Amino acid sequence: MNNRYSVFSNIDWLTIALYFIIMLFGWVNIYSAVFDEAHQSMFDISQRYGKQMLWIGAALVLAFFIMLIDSKIFENFSFLMYILILILLIAVLMGGKEIAGSKSWFQIGGIAIQPAEFAKFATALALAKYLTQPGVAVRKFKYLLRAAIIVGLPAVLILLQNDTGSMLVFSAFALVLYREGMPAWILVFALVVGIIFLTTLMFGKWMVISFLSAILLLTFYFIRKQKKMIAVVVFFFALSAGLSYGVDYAFENVLEPHQQTRINVLLGKEIDNRGAGYNVHQSKIAIGSGGLLGKGFLEGTQTKFNFVPEQSTDFIFCTVGEEWGFAGSSALIILYVMLFIRLVFLAERQRSHFSRIYGYGVLSVMFFHFAINIGMTIGLVPVIGIPLPFFSYGGSSLWSFTILLFIFLKFDAERKQVFI
Amino acid sequence: MIAAPEAATWKWKAKENFKTFLNPFHPLKNCFSEGFFISTGQAYSNQNAYFCRSKEREFMRKDFSGRKYFIFTIVILLGVIFIIRLFYLQVVDKSYMLSAESNVLRKITKYPARGLIYDRNGELLVYNETAYDVMVVPRRTQEFDTLELASLLGIEKELVINRLKKAKSYSWFKPSVFLPQISKQTYAYFEEKLYKFPGFYVQTRSLRNYPHPVAGHSLGYVGEVNARHLKKDPYYQQGDYIGVNGIENIYEKDLRGKKGVELVMVDVLNREKGTYKGGRYDTSAIKGKDIYVTLDLALQSYGEKLMQNKIGSIVALEPATGEILALVSSPGYDPNLLVGRVRGKNYTKLSRDSLKPLFNRALMAQYPPGSAFKPVNALIGLQAGVVTRNTHFGCNGVTSWPIKCSHNHKSPLNLPEAIEQSCNPYFWKTFDRIISSPSYAGSAEGFIDWRKHVASMGFGKKFRTDLSNERPGSIPKAEYYDHYYKRGHWNSMTIRSLAIGQGEILVTPLQLANFSAIVANRGFYYPPHLIDSVAGQQEAVEAFTEKINTTIAPENFEPVADGMRRVYDADHGTARWYDVDSLQMSGKTGTVQNPHGDDHSIFIAFAPKDNPQIALAVVVENSGFGSKWAVPIATLMMEKYLTGKISRKWVEDRMLEGDLINNKEEEKDE
Repeated sequence: MNNRYSVFSNIDWLTIALYFIIMLFGWVNIYSAVFDEAHQSMFDISQRYGKQMLWIGAALVLAFFIMLIDSKIFENFSFLMYILILILLIAVLMGGKEIAGSKSWFQIGGIAIQPAEFAKFATALALAKYLTQPGVAVRKFKYLLRAAIIVGLPAVLILLQNDTGSMLVFSAFALVLYREGMPAWILVFALVVGIIFLTTLMFGKWMVISFLSAILLLTFYFIRKQKKMIAVVVFFFALSAGLSYGVDYAFENVLEPHQQTRINVLLGKEIDNRGAGYNVHQSKIAIGSGGLLGKGFLEGTQTKFNFVPEQSTDFIFCTVGEEWGFAGSSALIILYVMLFIRLVFLAERQRSHFSRIYGYGVLSVMFFHFAINIGMTIGLVPVIGIPLPFFSYGGSSLWSFTILLFIFLKFDAERKQVFI
Repeated sequence: MIAAPEAATWKWKAKENFKTFLNPFHPLKNCFSEGFFISTGQAYSNQNAYFCRSKEREFMRKDFSGRKYFIFTIVILLGVIFIIRLFYLQVVDKSYMLSAESNVLRKITKYPARGLIYDRNGELLVYNETAYDVMVVPRRTQEFDTLELASLLGIEKELVINRLKKAKSYSWFKPSVFLPQISKQTYAYFEEKLYKFPGFYVQTRSLRNYPHPVAGHSLGYVGEVNARHLKKDPYYQQGDYIGVNGIENIYEKDLRGKKGVELVMVDVLNREKGTYKGGRYDTSAIKGKDIYVTLDLALQSYGEKLMQNKIGSIVALEPATGEILALVSSPGYDPNLLVGRVRGKNYTKLSRDSLKPLFNRALMAQYPPGSAFKPVNALIGLQAGVVTRNTHFGCNGVTSWPIKCSHNHKSPLNLPEAIEQSCNPYFWKTFDRIISSPSYAGSAEGFIDWRKHVASMGFGKKFRTDLSNERPGSIPKAEYYDHYYKRGHWNSMTIRSLAIGQGEILVTPLQLANFSAIVANRGFYYPPHLIDSVAGQQEAVEAFTEKINTTIAPENFEPVADGMRRVYDADHGTARWYDVDSLQMSGKTGTVQNPHGDDHSIFIAFAPKDNPQIALAVVVENSGFGSKWAVPIATLMMEKYLTGKISRKWVEDRMLEGDLINNKEEEKDE
């Protein structure tokens, strides 16, 4: 009893309040997005808003039970859970159900469950567990590689399910590794690779390679007396030019045509408002037409008349933008930013490294979802079908984010007991 | 396990770490990178070995907690980027609002009823009838009971299958007409069962309808707008209807009314989802204005009946106002033929007819007026003072020179008698006196003066009122003769044909009727027009109330009017067989020499002689001498208009039975 009291008195109610506000606002917007004259009750469980209410209820029960479980279990069984999830991910490849082109669902009764959703917290736990092994230091290349394998394994399995969106989420763990000492140059390197990647796609490999050559010649002029540096510079030049060439080759020969089109549409090289660009175009219209204060609850025409596809799941932010306007949508963004900052703060106050690393895992996964989901609805990143945490319609994603968050809140509530 | 961070030094460490990493020339670069990449244990060979080792120990103790600020920065930066982007999308760029509106709003045009057309007495000439077309969109159809549909529409099952096949071959997505113009009863019955036949619907259309199949030429017809109309007037949209000819065309702006607009919202599948903002921006259609024309339905119908099986025209005017009472062109056509779906087919058929029923002879046919022109020369002679009522000229009959006289009559004749007997030499001599008058410098000057008088009586130009396809006719100019003969080398003798209305002069039946009205009015006319009034406005009528005076003084008309009365009531008058004494009819016959066949018969008339109510011109082509067809038809028209009945049934019967078209064709065929 004493133990339980301490959990609920030490819990971070601010995070729970933010969690709750975002979740309820999401529910209201799901109601608006799929509103049906015939089923006006928000609690009608034949409709998505009714179902979401059930999922929210279940998520709260789940959260409550997580708070009761001994947090040591998560730490001690983290590798076991990780391996279990890997087995499930392999199993779903063999016996799973294919929905919308992705073979990533288990059909149990009337409920479809996506193991990929639960792979997120299992990976976060396993990564935290590995990084707290004695002697493991991520700044050393050997350990960094192993950590990357822990993150990479489920990612590859999810990619095999043809669920690119969920796979990309695992790249978010780079932020955890960075925080734990991964050399910054890897991030810088990734940034340079990203710039070469984008510029190659936008302007073509020959433009990029000739630009790089110009830089090379300029650099030669300034460092002409340092022979050693010249070699280094030439090496980086060759690497960049090779990368540019490779990106171009990969784009033409590896990516599927619809993926190529998505990227081209995003980069503005192709305008296709009826085909590949339709979603984003309609999504931008919905958000843009909201104006400063929005059209009002249930008044969004883009939303009500189904111009935006997937509007209760991946494109739910359109409803916010259209009906609540700039005021509502920026308020939602501020709520998320507050939640993330709070999570960084909570992670930093952990005395246990395990819970700090896990906390950063939670933050990274949710931040990645937030960045990609909203970024795609306002046309800043390509369309990658991943949900907005706590906001989009769907039981699996709501539960997995709830588990992800509340395990961390449980660690946080017990942070003072770590050394007892 | 790494020890807890030393709060005071982490900042310095982070800074050092960062600086070391970025600067390739940092003195500690070597030991830093060694410690970084190659685990440890390798002996440092450089002189800073100790320093390096201590640095490395420090490095190993690093907890990197300074990196949280980088993470804070990323989170906040992304939030700021999103908010800026949203501000741009939602507040700065207004184009998305328009896009959202164009997504969801559909403009539905509300078509107003076209104005109706009545005659001068308020008899309905043109009205609108709702037509119900059964439409089908093949893609939306589902399996249905073809037999039930067939029996509902009262057609054969095979026809249902065939029509559906035809619709599919036209387009799967676009609506096409499945069955045109079903009756109101069938429509009412079919509509109740419509739910059983998805893909089918009924479209209502407004069609013009003519209760009396008359006056097609004057009323004109309505057709779909073409590219030229669309370019000229933004009011029209593809598929709209517009008056193409006649009254429908000239009074289009009054008749069409004003279209209304209804804004409805549609969803992504183009299904209607109700009005936009409660219909705040909707406008209702305004019905077109009704038009009253000057035609007299009874007279018009009677004229068309009299002209059946004859080629020619009748124009009847009210002299005091210039209002057209009847405008008949024969052969004509039933205006109902040029309505709706059948128009195209019928139009082609009519336009290929060798008798040219679409050609409005009353306004467009141009003939030399023949003897009907003689009163014109008489008037000019009187006005010029070269003849008087009692000027007598002799006539030598067929031996007269330069123009022989075909009538056998006493000699000499005075002016009214000359008109009565249509004496050619009398008018030659009158014409010669006008042109050769010593008051002029030469014949050309005399001719120019003569031409000025003729033109003042409405000849040689269009009236430009509200008549479609009016032709100007022609009076030769002095230059015309100068061109052939040189000025000074031609005289009255050269152009003597004009004395008796032959030669280079061309007039239309409308101009002849107008001349008749001038004589009736004794010197003035109002331009002939069709508009009586437009419901709710006066302007249209006032446009044609300008009185136009001729160059002939009113008193000079009396001898001519007397002469024209004698045509009916004197012993030798060319119309003496048809006189009705009480009606005081006056007229002048004419025969137009026709090089292509039988002569055309012309007659101009007005009645009663004093205070005339009606003036008209009748032309019957290829009918020979004027008095045989043109005179009785004109007489019947005047009697019908003035008394409302016909006293001599036999005249009417003979005219109705007379067939100048088919008899000829039979001759040709056999």
